[in-house]
Amino acid sequence: MEHASSVGHPAAAHGAPHVHEHVEPGFLRKWVFSVDHKVIGLQYTMTSLVFLLLGFTLMMIMRWQLAYPGQPIPLIGKWLGVANAPGGIMLPEFYNQLGAMHGTIMVFLGVVPLAVGGFGNYVVPLQIGAPDMAFPRLNMASYWFYFVGGMIMLASFLAPGGAANSGWTSYTPLSDIATPGQTWWLFGMLMLIFSSLLGAVNFITTIVQLRAPGLTWFRLPFFVWAQFVTSFLLLLAFPALQAAAMLQGMDRLAGTSFFLPSGLVVSGVVKQVAGGGNPLLWQHLFWFLAHPEVYVLILPAMGIVAEVIANNTRKPLWGYRLMVYSIIFLGFMSFVVWAHHMFLTGMGTGINAFFQTTTMIISIPSVIILSSLFLSLYGASIRFTTPMLFALAFLPMFGIGGLTGLPLGLSAADIPLHDTYYVIGHFHYVVAPGTIFGLFAGIYYWYPKVTGRMMNEVLGRIHFFGSFVAINFVFMPMFIQGLHGVNRRLYDGGMQYAHAKDVLYLNTVMSMGAWTLGLFQLFFIVNFFWSLRAGKKAESNAWHATTLDWAATSSPPIAHGNFDTIPHVYRSAYDYSVPGAKADFLPQNAAERA
Amino acid sequence: MEIPYTVDARPDTGLTNPKLGIWLFLASEVMLFGSLFSSYVLLRSGAEFWPVQRDILNVPLATLNTIILISSSVTMVLSWAALKMHNLAHFKRYMGLTFLCGLGFMVVKSFEYASKFQHVPPLLPSSSNFIGIYFLLTGLHGLHVLGGMVVNGFLWGPGSRMFDTEPEKFTNRVEVAGLYWHFVDLVWIFLFPILYLL
Repeated sequence: MEHASSVGHPAAAHGAPHVHEHVEPGFLRKWVFSVDHKVIGLQYTMTSLVFLLLGFTLMMIMRWQLAYPGQPIPLIGKWLGVANAPGGIMLPEFYNQLGAMHGTIMVFLGVVPLAVGGFGNYVVPLQIGAPDMAFPRLNMASYWFYFVGGMIMLASFLAPGGAANSGWTSYTPLSDIATPGQTWWLFGMLMLIFSSLLGAVNFITTIVQLRAPGLTWFRLPFFVWAQFVTSFLLLLAFPALQAAAMLQGMDRLAGTSFFLPSGLVVSGVVKQVAGGGNPLLWQHLFWFLAHPEVYVLILPAMGIVAEVIANNTRKPLWGYRLMVYSIIFLGFMSFVVWAHHMFLTGMGTGINAFFQTTTMIISIPSVIILSSLFLSLYGASIRFTTPMLFALAFLPMFGIGGLTGLPLGLSAADIPLHDTYYVIGHFHYVVAPGTIFGLFAGIYYWYPKVTGRMMNEVLGRIHFFGSFVAINFVFMPMFIQGLHGVNRRLYDGGMQYAHAKDVLYLNTVMSMGAWTLGLFQLFFIVNFFWSLRAGKKAESNAWHATTLDWAATSSPPIAHGNFDTIPHVYRSAYDYSVPGAKADFLPQNAAERA
Repeated sequence: MEIPYTVDARPDTGLTNPKLGIWLFLASEVMLFGSLFSSYVLLRSGAEFWPVQRDILNVPLATLNTIILISSSVTMVLSWAALKMHNLAHFKRYMGLTFLCGLGFMVVKSFEYASKFQHVPPLLPSSSNFIGIYFLLTGLHGLHVLGGMVVNGFLWGPGSRMFDTEPEKFTNRVEVAGLYWHFVDLVWIFLFPILYLL
């Protein structure tokens, strides 16, 4: 596929005077231990999609227990093992494992690797006109550290006592004294952090150093900006969790008590440790990572949505510069809001006031970006393609997620809402119909670039509308339950609490919604594989886009080097519908003036 | 297609890829050690009881190690300067000295560790949070020294063959390794007063 595609490029027509010692790499080198950013991007994409499905499956199992507590799980109940679900009935300990691993898998093994490792790897070098990432071998290492980290996480289900079960946040001191699965979690996490460190160094260097001639900073597609800021967050925030994981690892393996206070009583017995530790230290270190992590989840999706919206409105983005300034500011601010997750830890009102102020400030750039995207729609003749549908749905869904976060960022309002289903609803609106819809938009958008074939529009629409309706049935009721005070992490869905009685019926609604959502993903999976062979052939620039990934390469792009000659960039990223131009788009590498 | 700016600096940024890469990596390392230093500060300031550190640790040995490590930073610079003057023999001498300094540091450190284990009662990570974080911080730093020694040893030995074919690329490699080595040195310059003197 890589040679046929170079036909028609001027360099190929010259008869190639430079002798290209092109040795076709073997299967292992080409597909397994590849150093080509596109193959690594695909490895990341496929692996993380599998993890997303897995993480979602864990949740679909949990939703049975929440809707029908104490009843045997149908179909798969008997496969879960006597230690987890005797007679098919889920034990609380197993519920805790599923909960912790659902969060861990979705965040660290699903969404981030797909958004950064998958889309970032594949698209960024193409969009900036680079022959590859700056450090191809580091890139390969990054994928393999991720893969090993993922395998350690999965294997932890086989550890004595099962996988980690202290929540995805692994709060101490509970996680310090948890079953051995927690140690596996820590080792898996160290691998994942190392992987993202290598990736972040690579992305920043690539974007700073390998931009094509003429591609100035304010001509960069917004997606590249999003990846650029994301990489800084990964680079600088993740080490805090690395430090925290080392400290917790020492607690668990070397008997230190960094997170264990003196006189801690476990199951009625005073724990024999030196003591003097500080359980809250973990929370600080964890959230110092995990709040920037939230932006790591959302920024690449915003970048994808911006690309798709500009392309399908056939207009430049409204307020491109403002969006760029906002995303940079957002990156900075994300480092000083972490303790709004800890208002109830007794930090004191002064510190609470500081963090609620910074939290209110950080909502401003998010609102600017979202408003700019909304305003970009104004006056457009919109093409309602499948990627555009997902991008359009992203806007209100992320809007709901963001706005419901404001009461949580105010320390007074956070007191009743903290640790309830309201919180779960809030961040799932950000991440699921927000980020994941953005990622779906990206998959439908770049699929023709990667494979040379279009995905099926009918299946795509069924996938979109089905998911859109179902996902709101999953997450909207959570706000209602949360406002009634139903706590998260209850394995029976709140049956034992009088204040939950009125809203218990919603558990069934949400579970039905989740399973329906799962059902509609089948349309995506079928479409994804079926279109590989049977999809309509796509032209090189399938969406008539302006950015270099579409305008300067064939679909699929050539295997090594991406471009026959490095393109020169003459104009901004979104020159759509320029008055007087021949077509309604002017590619960034088109020299002619409008 | 070759990846540009692996050897020559990009005109508008003035950087080669590896040089930018190592600075970014070091920024991440600053955050890693910074998090651990912050943890140390929080643990110490929140503790009811904190031992007098210099009574437990061996200050003279650590002073010796500080001198060794600072010297190694000097020899590292000299080895790079030698390459800039196209003198491979001088490079070998100074890089060899850098490696030996790293080795010396690790030997002294291992004596320090051994004396903690042989102490009566043994001073283990579980003994107190101070000993625990002492082992964690110096252990992590020791791993960094070890990693630097591997790189330096490679550049001194088999890696130096590159000087015959691509002298400029090799010189850049030594510079990048040097930046890392100075960072490792710098971490120790923070560790020494915080763990031994304060």
